[in-house]
Amino acid sequence: MKQRTIVEILKDLDNKAYSSRELTQDYIDAIESQDDVLNAFITTDFESALTRADEIDQLRHKGEAPRLAGVPIAHKDIFCTEGVRTTAGSKILENFIAPYSSTAVSQLADSGAIMLGKLNMDEFAMGSSNENSFFGPARNPWDITKIPGGSSGGSAVAVAAGLCAAATGTDTGGSIRQPASMCGITGIKPTYGRISRWGIIAYASSLDQAGPMTRTAEDAALMLQVMAGYDPKDSTSINAPVPDYQASINDSIEGLRIGLCKEYFSDGLDDNIARAIQNAISIFESKGATITEVSLPTVKHAIPAYYVIAPAEASANLARYDGVRFGYRCDEPKNLADLYLRSRTEGFGAEVKNRIMVGCFALSAGYYDAYYGKAQQIRRLIKNDFMTAFETVDVILGPTTPSTAFNLGEKIDDPISMYLQDIYTVTSNLVGLPAASIPAGFSDGMPIGMQLIGNYLSEAKLLNLAHKFQLETDFHLKSPGEVT
Amino acid sequence: MKVDAELVKNVAALAQLKITDSDLANTITSLTDVLDLVDEMQTVDAAGIEPMSNPLDAKQVMRADEVTESDQRDQFQKVAPSVERGFFLVPRVVE
Repeated sequence: MKQRTIVEILKDLDNKAYSSRELTQDYIDAIESQDDVLNAFITTDFESALTRADEIDQLRHKGEAPRLAGVPIAHKDIFCTEGVRTTAGSKILENFIAPYSSTAVSQLADSGAIMLGKLNMDEFAMGSSNENSFFGPARNPWDITKIPGGSSGGSAVAVAAGLCAAATGTDTGGSIRQPASMCGITGIKPTYGRISRWGIIAYASSLDQAGPMTRTAEDAALMLQVMAGYDPKDSTSINAPVPDYQASINDSIEGLRIGLCKEYFSDGLDDNIARAIQNAISIFESKGATITEVSLPTVKHAIPAYYVIAPAEASANLARYDGVRFGYRCDEPKNLADLYLRSRTEGFGAEVKNRIMVGCFALSAGYYDAYYGKAQQIRRLIKNDFMTAFETVDVILGPTTPSTAFNLGEKIDDPISMYLQDIYTVTSNLVGLPAASIPAGFSDGMPIGMQLIGNYLSEAKLLNLAHKFQLETDFHLKSPGEVT
Repeated sequence: MKVDAELVKNVAALAQLKITDSDLANTITSLTDVLDLVDEMQTVDAAGIEPMSNPLDAKQVMRADEVTESDQRDQFQKVAPSVERGFFLVPRVVE
């Protein structure tokens, strides 16, 4: 099947090149032929998708088609979807049917997007390879022996392999950008609070942010337009107007000040990735952007601070899984204490348990100040560095990941080396800044991602810059071969 | 940071997770690895820096105390492992 962008689909549907039902059936066929290998989907809902497609065809016929009418999408399985199983990649929620839909899911449904199913992910979004999923890892369509990245691995695989036109993801430390980078697609984590977190299963509440994962920056703009906005149900959602992301996507980047963070071009960076970023810099310079070096000396402390703050918040958020109100319950509990203990111990996977342990330690009496308190102070120091940098530059450019996708199983027994995968991405979460990853080249056949970090609420500028790059390059148009 | 069996058992109790004797050595190792990584923070001088818990330094918002949601108990109890007459069932606590 031909890989299509949202922009192409909307045009084709308007021109009656095919119906929404025909298009939806095409994607269902692609999933049925490829997903046994790719394992991008945890749950599919084809019947509802086809029913909805028929409704969309009727609406279009009447000239009442909403903004994304008929676009086949899928959601990371961390978004609650009313009446549809929502697992967060965990055994503890293996049979959880969400009683309501998250705000982002409702917004996309109201805009006419058609949901094909729910996508694979690392359990509770904890992981960088999708190998921590209870449902087995999704596979990278560019090379099925390699990981797709994580935690939104299924989302990246599904979009890259053409199993859906676009997908939702969430990003707590890089979980949209890192898999987008490794699967050769476009992903944006907006400013913290730009998209409502209501109905998204919580990992680390002060870091979590949802975003679109698409083939192009234009598609990301279309999808973000629908997902962004204030939600009274999320007390941390930003009450600020949502700009028209498409209106500025073609703006000139003449005079735009791009900063290169010298700390992001250190020894650990793969040579081919460094070369791809250099190539991107030349392209931006040729379009009139100016390039300067900036220093963010405290970013080297970001991984330590992140691996205290995220587990600490996770340990609190995951306290709700107690086997009482929803989720997995152990067999024949002897008493209430046994019910809690065994339901949690049997229901959570190894990495989730590790992070809960780290979080409980960091918040415990006697260690709180030295760990959690210190991490929160470092978080402010990192923010101060970024705010200083943004006095002289508009956007900070660098690699998304230190390497391209690694082999399945390669790092699974070495969590620390897995954690270091997030070295360039966690800072945006700690500070709450918007950041995008877009395809910037290939190394031995595997995609390379470039990261663009902007100041608060500068999503329009990031999408503009990403689109300008995609007009000059064709990395985002390349597709992996069909996997069967 | 020295991680020993006693610390692991204390933390596991806080986490409501069961660490069996056969898991103990592995848990000590994995906790030690993470703490070795994060202990790098202790080299940073952050004296006098105000901790940051929200990236936008947002203050907790208040809303009017008005009923906005209807009763959805039946719907929410559909996903519960065990319920009876509108209550969540757990093993007997008081004999």
